[in-house]
Amino acid sequence: MALSTEDIKKIAHLARIEVNDHDAAATLTKLTGILGLIEQMQAVDTTGIVPMSHSQDVVQRLRDDVVTKTNQREEFQKVAPVIGNGSAELAVDHGLYLVPKVIE
Amino acid sequence: MTNIINASLAQLGQMLAEKQVSSVELTQTYLNRIDALNPEINAYIALDKEKTLAQAKAADALIAAGNAQPLTGIPIAQKDIFCAKGWNTTCGSKMLANFVAPYDAHVITQFDAAGAVNLGKTNMDEFAMGSSNETSYFGGVKNPWDFARVPGGSSGGSAAAVAARLCAAATGTDTGGSIRQPASLCGFTGLKPTYGVVSRYGMIAFASSLDQAGPMAKSAEDCALMMNVMAGFDERDSTSLNREKEDYTRDLNKPLRGLKIGLPKEFFAEGLDANVAKVIETAIAEYKKLGAEIVDISLPNTGLSIPVYYVLAPAEASSNLSRYDGVRYGHRTAEYSDLMEMYCKSRAEGFGAEVKRRILIGTYVLSAGYYDAYYLKAQQIRRLIAQDFVEAFKQCDVIMGPAAPSTAFKAGEKVDDPVAMYLQDIYTISTNLAGLPGMSVPAGFSTGADGKALPVGLQIIGNYFDEARMLNVAHQYQQVTDWHTAMPEGLGS
Repeated sequence: MALSTEDIKKIAHLARIEVNDHDAAATLTKLTGILGLIEQMQAVDTTGIVPMSHSQDVVQRLRDDVVTKTNQREEFQKVAPVIGNGSAELAVDHGLYLVPKVIE
Repeated sequence: MTNIINASLAQLGQMLAEKQVSSVELTQTYLNRIDALNPEINAYIALDKEKTLAQAKAADALIAAGNAQPLTGIPIAQKDIFCAKGWNTTCGSKMLANFVAPYDAHVITQFDAAGAVNLGKTNMDEFAMGSSNETSYFGGVKNPWDFARVPGGSSGGSAAAVAARLCAAATGTDTGGSIRQPASLCGFTGLKPTYGVVSRYGMIAFASSLDQAGPMAKSAEDCALMMNVMAGFDERDSTSLNREKEDYTRDLNKPLRGLKIGLPKEFFAEGLDANVAKVIETAIAEYKKLGAEIVDISLPNTGLSIPVYYVLAPAEASSNLSRYDGVRYGHRTAEYSDLMEMYCKSRAEGFGAEVKRRILIGTYVLSAGYYDAYYLKAQQIRRLIAQDFVEAFKQCDVIMGPAAPSTAFKAGEKVDDPVAMYLQDIYTISTNLAGLPGMSVPAGFSTGADGKALPVGLQIIGNYFDEARMLNVAHQYQQVTDWHTAMPEGLGS
């Protein structure tokens, strides 16, 4: 099926990637080529074939219900991004990550 | 004394044991070579000489105390996809340009426990998406055989580092050919193990059902020693397979008489460079001399592997890469007014063009209404591709063919045509889809119109968990040929 630049913008929004009109047009050309490649699949009759999600048919392992990880919050928050909007501070405060307000 | 930069890992181990050289001296030799050559080749994107030399010193203490293991004191280059505590770990992306890993990947832990020295982090295509290393945020890597050409990808930095002797050996990862195609284009030995043999813990995820780490080294014997360190069960990776520990060197010296080699006709069809085909045929003839039998086989669904891969890999990638939202780590845009804008701008700025394309394809094929036509269909054809191999291995012990359709291509040649770039992996992708092990072994050179001799890799595909046999098959070939010892000219000694 043929995609339009509007489709590209919709997909990009779902993927949370900002695109401008110029990017959307360029992306459309490339994606159309790739989807053309993918389209070859439709010629294959796959009736009754069990989908393969994994090469080895293994079942999910269970582990004992015990704590295995230690708290490394400070270590992990050292790599937090900077707040931006003019501030070079890390986007953390009292062990919490800082993001724009989402609830009024 | 063997020329140190061309010495095998076993020889280096012996030289260290006999105190002909210390790990600090050996490591410094490589650091000096990196200083001299890396500004041009761009194989490494993170170096930390202090940390590296401290590890070398610790290794020398282990050796002096008689506690050395086979890789103790040996300098290894690590692909920048592996988290290494305290090291900048970027996966070749602007998104992680300032990310210092707070923990070690399982592979890094294994090398540390073996007493190996981490020489530095190597360049790669962004999030391992590419076949030329040109999608890296940190710039392309030059092929040591011809600086105008690409080293292949995505493990292009590790590939160039092995070929230019900027490390004793390196690690790579292979989702659709990212160890084997660069091994072919740069002329060394690389192995992608059976899916589940090497833990993916701490290895930055691209397509989780396909990603697998493996060794990149000068010979099959070196790869076997690397596998002894890398392979093994790890409960932190839910797909890690709980199997007995193996010694991958155990079968190296077995004779090949009676070995059945399957040649899939689809690997020698249209699209294969004629000079590459000639090199592969010569290599097969060598195997006949070693007593192997040739069996003609067919893998009829080979052509579908690329379409299937470009549904499954982007779908898994779009899901895996959704974690990069600018909240807890990674790039956050400088200016934003609300959360949605922060997400969208951070991701638009942090990801490069190829990564964005794959996220968009993945998002599209997984979106409501399209799941059955794309993702489910691809998973069904994936089973057909895997069944082709099951049938083939009823007739032969290993499968052989080219690892890549051509020798190294020029930088810039395919950057504007993603589909042409994707076709680089036509012979490697099907083994990832099936979860099988595959390797590339230097088999000779092909001279192009410009008179440059470029390496060609022979691919060996084995049945599940047959790595020791594949290494045996490669090692025996390397006992009667010397392609694997060739080193590019003009890179010092």
